[in-house]
Amino acid sequence: MKYTLAVLVENRPGVLTHISGLISRRAFNIESIAAGPTEEADTTRITIGVEVEDEFELDQVVNQLSKLINVIKIINLTYVDSIQRELALIKVRANKANRSDLVDIVEIFRAKIVDVNRETLVIELTGEEAKIDALCEVLVDFGIIEIVRTGRIAVSRGPVPAKEM
Amino acid sequence: MRMLGAEAVIECLKAEEVEIVFGYPGGAVLTLYDALFKTNFPHVLTRHEQGAVHAADGYARATGKTGVCFATSGPGGTNLVTGIATAYMDSIPLVAITGQVGVSLIGKDSFQEADICGITTPITKHNYLVKKVQDLPRVIKEAFYIARTGRPGPVVIDISKDVFNDTLDFEYPDSVELRGYKPIFSGDASKIDLVVTELEKAKKPLLFIGGGVNISGTSEELRKFVESTGIPVITSLMGLGCIPCDSAQHLGMVGMHGTYAANMATMECDLLLGVGVRFDDRVTSLVKNFAPKAKIVHFDIDPAEVNKNVRSDFRVIGDLRWSLPLLAEKASMQGLQKWQQETGEWNKLVQEWKKEKPPASELEAAGIKPQAVIEKVSELTKGDAIIVTDVGQHQMWTAQSYTFKKQRSFLTSGGLGTMGYGLPAAIGAQITLPEKTVVLFTGDGSIMMNCQELATMADNGLPVKIIVMNNQVLGMVNQWQRMFYGKRYSHSSTKGCTDFVKLAEAMGVTGLCVTEPEKLDAILEKALKMEGPVLVEVLLPATEDVLPMVPPGGRLDQMVLGGVF
Repeated sequence: MKYTLAVLVENRPGVLTHISGLISRRAFNIESIAAGPTEEADTTRITIGVEVEDEFELDQVVNQLSKLINVIKIINLTYVDSIQRELALIKVRANKANRSDLVDIVEIFRAKIVDVNRETLVIELTGEEAKIDALCEVLVDFGIIEIVRTGRIAVSRGPVPAKEM
Repeated sequence: MRMLGAEAVIECLKAEEVEIVFGYPGGAVLTLYDALFKTNFPHVLTRHEQGAVHAADGYARATGKTGVCFATSGPGGTNLVTGIATAYMDSIPLVAITGQVGVSLIGKDSFQEADICGITTPITKHNYLVKKVQDLPRVIKEAFYIARTGRPGPVVIDISKDVFNDTLDFEYPDSVELRGYKPIFSGDASKIDLVVTELEKAKKPLLFIGGGVNISGTSEELRKFVESTGIPVITSLMGLGCIPCDSAQHLGMVGMHGTYAANMATMECDLLLGVGVRFDDRVTSLVKNFAPKAKIVHFDIDPAEVNKNVRSDFRVIGDLRWSLPLLAEKASMQGLQKWQQETGEWNKLVQEWKKEKPPASELEAAGIKPQAVIEKVSELTKGDAIIVTDVGQHQMWTAQSYTFKKQRSFLTSGGLGTMGYGLPAAIGAQITLPEKTVVLFTGDGSIMMNCQELATMADNGLPVKIIVMNNQVLGMVNQWQRMFYGKRYSHSSTKGCTDFVKLAEAMGVTGLCVTEPEKLDAILEKALKMEGPVLVEVLLPATEDVLPMVPPGGRLDQMVLGGVF
């Protein structure tokens, strides 16, 4: 099963390497990992998507990560009512004939076209992983040149921040 | 006070009450060694950085204090790696200080540069790269705090050469503030109530003790609990010494080379209390067959140990210094007498197992029996010595045959199984406990891995007694090849050309040799009485196996006992 963890860490060099290294070293599979600064300058938040067999294995991931000195807190957002998003930039083939079809698709997905030239378009889309997968699938017919995705980030609904959970 | 970074390091060590440092100088730490010289700080020059780190580890295991070692950048640091990993696997408090190239040269493949933080990340509790002199006092304070608190472990501080030469206004912090590190001492006491309830219900309880008891120094508390309950005890390799091996309740070591009684009890018990253990695969064999009839209780300081290898039904997370006395108190409040009566049958059964399968050494065989060597040393030292081993057959024979009586009396590389550990670890132990008898059991394979440290031993006048169990083969490898690889002895013979007596003498250590069984006792007695370091080479038959043995993947009750059992 897939789980989403929010990991608050000290904003120090090498912390991301420590975390990703530890998870892979222990033979757990990282599905996605995204890191960025938070409202506190000395804290980084890392959202990790892991695929593990069961809750026991998830506990192991959490416990092992907790041992890292720079890890401040780990919150399992899998069962928390939360918003999850990913950002994708997709470069797709486009010509005069099919460009308007692409524009329609982009509108349906509430995506944005951020670059246009005679041969290609670049589409920007934020959304849940499944939504991005769906757009990519539709765009296959046009010819995808490249895809860049950020990995999942997640925040809980309601007023309580992760650091207080 | 204004001082050099290198001088600040020494001041920090003094503030941490470090008594001695083991190390090896080099380019990146020359200023640090200059500061050592000026302050006359106690330092032991080993002959290899690996010797330094193992010596610091041996010092830490024998005393419970934090071991410290120094090495230079690049190869100095990489030579520490095996020793750091050894300490990490056995949870030994250690601070390794390495030099790093100048700040402007970092990351440029400079001369003697290696990314020590990157290399040691998986084998340290934490590590630091110090590029600013102002950070030194805080980092060193944190490093010692991290190394010795919670579940202990090694911490590496990699310090740029520039930092040693730079100056600062030295002030050592009083406290440590780490947002992500709050080691727990006491846990949830109600969990102990649950354990006591389970104990009351149990008809066949078994206590399984491990290295955590040694590390936390809680063997006294444990003994009281065992004496008041009469509960049978099995130990892991790392737990040896915490309960006197000759006490009635002690069934011996469990696992691959465990005793018949310990392994049978594990298979039959209905409640297994694991205390400071990590259920290593050398203990459990196939996890699904481990203690199949038992509910499992796990006492540990490290939450990550829970359910890592064996799934437990009850867990008590916290320092054993908190949980063990509380367990004893709560158990005694519940009226253990009645409970003890109900487990009488079980106690009788385990005692029968113990009698039924006595240790192998009672039987006669041609040549010197390895068990006889260890038992003689055991008799001569009365369980009062610090016993150190390397890794291999001799290690298992020692674990099986020496009558350990005290905690911290057995220093061995359990988790990583590091050949070459013993000699430097014995140095570390002897230097801090000069009044103690320190005996190293090693093999002809293991001793060669760090034999250069004989010189360190002699130069420092350390009276370690070294027993080289020479069977002219890499014994454990040879045994596996004999048992599982159709006797294809691929590269496991040491050919027996090395003259260990001459090797010892060349390094300044007295050398003795025993070849005949009838001379064994006298030579061992002589060696133990002699002043200064002595190496005794004991020639053993090459075909002697370590038995019992649970074949890899087998169940604990499927031990190969051998004809001599």
